[in-house]
Amino acid sequence: MSTADLAGAPADAGGAGAGERLAAFARWARLLRSELALVFLRRRTIALLAVLAAVPVLLGVVLKVSPGGAGGGGGSGNGPAFLSQVTGNGVFLAFLALVVESTLILPLAVAVVSGDAIAGEAGRGTLRYLLAVPAGRTRLLGIKLVAIKAFCACACLLVAAVGAAVGAILFPVGPVTLLSGTSVPLADGLLRLVFVALYLAAAMTALGAIGLAISTFTEHPVGAIAAILVIAVASEVADSVSQIAVIHPYLPTHFWLTFDAMLRVPVDWPDLLHGLASFAVYAVIFGSVAWARFTTADVTS
Amino acid sequence: MTARPGTGQDEVSFGRARGRDEPADAWRPGSVAAAAARRPDPGGLAVATIGLAKRFGEQLAVAGIDLAVPRGSVYGFLGPNGSGKTTTIRMLLGLIQPTEGSQRLLGVSMPAGANAVLPRVGSLVEGPAFYPQLSGQANLARLDAADRTASARTAAARIDAALDRVGLLAAAGKRYRAYSLGMKQRLAIAAGLLRPRELMILDEPTNGLDPQGTREVRSLIREIASDGTTVFVSSHLLAEVEQICTHVGVMRAGELVFQGPLEELRGRGAARILVRTAQTARAAEVLAGLGLTDVSVADHEVTAQIGGEAPETVCERLVHAGVPVAGLETPRASLEDLFVELTGEGFDVNG
Repeated sequence: MSTADLAGAPADAGGAGAGERLAAFARWARLLRSELALVFLRRRTIALLAVLAAVPVLLGVVLKVSPGGAGGGGGSGNGPAFLSQVTGNGVFLAFLALVVESTLILPLAVAVVSGDAIAGEAGRGTLRYLLAVPAGRTRLLGIKLVAIKAFCACACLLVAAVGAAVGAILFPVGPVTLLSGTSVPLADGLLRLVFVALYLAAAMTALGAIGLAISTFTEHPVGAIAAILVIAVASEVADSVSQIAVIHPYLPTHFWLTFDAMLRVPVDWPDLLHGLASFAVYAVIFGSVAWARFTTADVTS
Repeated sequence: MTARPGTGQDEVSFGRARGRDEPADAWRPGSVAAAAARRPDPGGLAVATIGLAKRFGEQLAVAGIDLAVPRGSVYGFLGPNGSGKTTTIRMLLGLIQPTEGSQRLLGVSMPAGANAVLPRVGSLVEGPAFYPQLSGQANLARLDAADRTASARTAAARIDAALDRVGLLAAAGKRYRAYSLGMKQRLAIAAGLLRPRELMILDEPTNGLDPQGTREVRSLIREIASDGTTVFVSSHLLAEVEQICTHVGVMRAGELVFQGPLEELRGRGAARILVRTAQTARAAEVLAGLGLTDVSVADHEVTAQIGGEAPETVCERLVHAGVPVAGLETPRASLEDLFVELTGEGFDVNG
């Protein structure tokens, strides 16, 4: 494929247009495959995923062996609400793990992957070589965003899957009694679990978009990772201060735990859609910031 | 661009205006004639810049340079560290946006035509940089995957061929972090050889290499050039590239202070005359009397700038004045001396 071929392509439109689009997609997919291999085969990523998967295992074991069992957790908030249900139905271990991990461990993993996305390439110097290939700045950024999305989905689904599996091994499994008191068949419950995981993945992708934007401003990945974590934690803290309740709906973390709406009959769709809209707005805004910065920045690293 | 001194500013704004007028597709066959009308030799230059300038905040890193790198040449881009070479190379590759001026690579306007022209350009910028956890082979595969114009089917064969060419095939599966500096440098050159290129831009390819590694890289460059590829190679050491260059450009504090064939630089050397004699004081008097400048006396030697005077005349006068002439030479200044004369002695990179 030479430049002459490319120049000649517009001449024979129509039938060749579809072929050209397919070839363009294949080239895009080739870089994406390379990016995914780079992200997922890194020892650091594997370690992060291992930690994410270990949490539901630990939770399950602790709940199994603690003498108090379900009675020990009857307090306030979402986590303990699930906590009391885990010993009754193993599927709830997955929900509990998602809630527990969504406060710190999941954001940390997303911060590491998204903060490293551009800053890591810049710090290593590989960015200048990719751009001189040329990989194309918009194209590279798009690939990075897709890889972050893939990691978020993978992380959330992994936690859910390990949680459900460990829960099934350690505790009884059967029809799922939802938060609204209604009981649904196990298959229905598992389907809801998948949706909850994907909802949380969308929430994490929004954080990942913020991370990608921050990542385009520095060549020090550690700085970017720290900044993302600070934003996530600060947002969670602000979200718990009732005096500033007026800004709560605008915080990036505010709708993270709204997924319990999925565990009611009927499902509280307005809440869920509100959450998804919030994530989408964050992703679009920070995706645009990342694009505006990355396509114009001087690469001096 | 307010702080630019005098005449240079006109050149820069001129270059910018021209850059704007040119249609983005000026390089296509149809408009070659139009481009030729405005430029003396559009097809003949692999790299052409007009008033290319870059300002970082207050500091003017590159002060409006007009590079002209003929196709098929090996162009040595010389200058001390900090003279703006790397910034220029980054601008050529579209990594840095110029503050002023326009530039063309292989006749294509940059950075607008980056996607069209950069696949035809191989580059090594400011030292090698790869993923330490990947093997040399996997690193090249990553760069090849990023290239929209490269075929996935031929990738494995092309990667092996490139590794073979730089002598790294045996270490292809070794992790990059285990490579020696010379191997890293060669891997970076291999990345530039993943496909046939019309232009190779090599920024300090011998930096940090031992003499043997330097020689290997030099012979590799010679080999690349013998295929008809234009090579643009930067260095802060003239001695490292003078054996392979056909053309040189010399940078000093962001300005291009010399550009032309290597022979022209050699010819520029101010010729001196050296007289060997026992009576140095008398000889110096005679030389000064002839109007020669920069007369200096050493042990049994007197030298001076010969200027327009013929050596025969000088000799005749010396003999006439009773100076016993034991020897008389007109040594050419070495390239190294000329280079230092152009770039300044050491640490005055900011002019």
